[in-house]
Amino acid sequence: MELLERFAAGDLEAFEALFRQHQKEVYRWTLRIVRDTGAAEDLTVETFWRIYRARERFNPATGNFRAWARRIATNAALDHLRHTRKETELSEDYPAAAHGDSAVNNELRGHLRRAFLDLPAKYRLVANLALIEEEPYNEIAEAAGISVALVKVRVFRAVRMLRKKLGSFGLEAAAK
Amino acid sequence: MSNERNNRQPDEEKELRSLLKRQFSPLQNAELERDLWPQMLRRLDAQPEPFRVPWFDWALAAAVTAMLLLFPNVIPALLYQL
Repeated sequence: MELLERFAAGDLEAFEALFRQHQKEVYRWTLRIVRDTGAAEDLTVETFWRIYRARERFNPATGNFRAWARRIATNAALDHLRHTRKETELSEDYPAAAHGDSAVNNELRGHLRRAFLDLPAKYRLVANLALIEEEPYNEIAEAAGISVALVKVRVFRAVRMLRKKLGSFGLEAAAK
Repeated sequence: MSNERNNRQPDEEKELRSLLKRQFSPLQNAELERDLWPQMLRRLDAQPEPFRVPWFDWALAAAVTAMLLLFPNVIPALLYQL
């Protein structure tokens, strides 16, 4: 019996094999969304917990495990963003690269962090993946379970929201 | 007016992209530093799957209940069989 068939039938060894094959990729994808190593580890485990519970719904003959896992990981990360948006600051795990530090830059960074945190979770998700990580729109769409057109709309709106919040700070000057 | 706004969008996106990438480093090369399987096993042990009743058991229970409500005089016969 194939690995995916054994997994769908509830075989724990098959699940372990799939976990070991895909944990790094799920972690990397989740980390790009939440930008916090500890949260990304927890969410990787949460993703595989959801995968294990939903194994009966996976069709080993036609299903793409990688895409399915990424979609579940995206939903888990989105839930995390929804619940932590107002409570926590962005992690310092991956701080900004140094660019001629100045009081203005520090202030801008503070404004940007706040503006980014204030984005609704679904917009922060696409802003992270499209604007910072430069993931192709079709991959974001597949992972989030929405159309490419809707990804574009959300990027557009996220840019508008960030622009509005940063507008008074002189975005053009800061970006140069 | 509307065209002007639409034309500004790619520039706005480019500016913000540049600004965000300066503030938050892309994480494309970030790697998982430890195996999470032990954590996964603990999760599996700590949260056993919820007990689930198959749909056909619910259907059977509903059919029996409906039958008992519609034909209460079969209850003694049913009890006798039990």
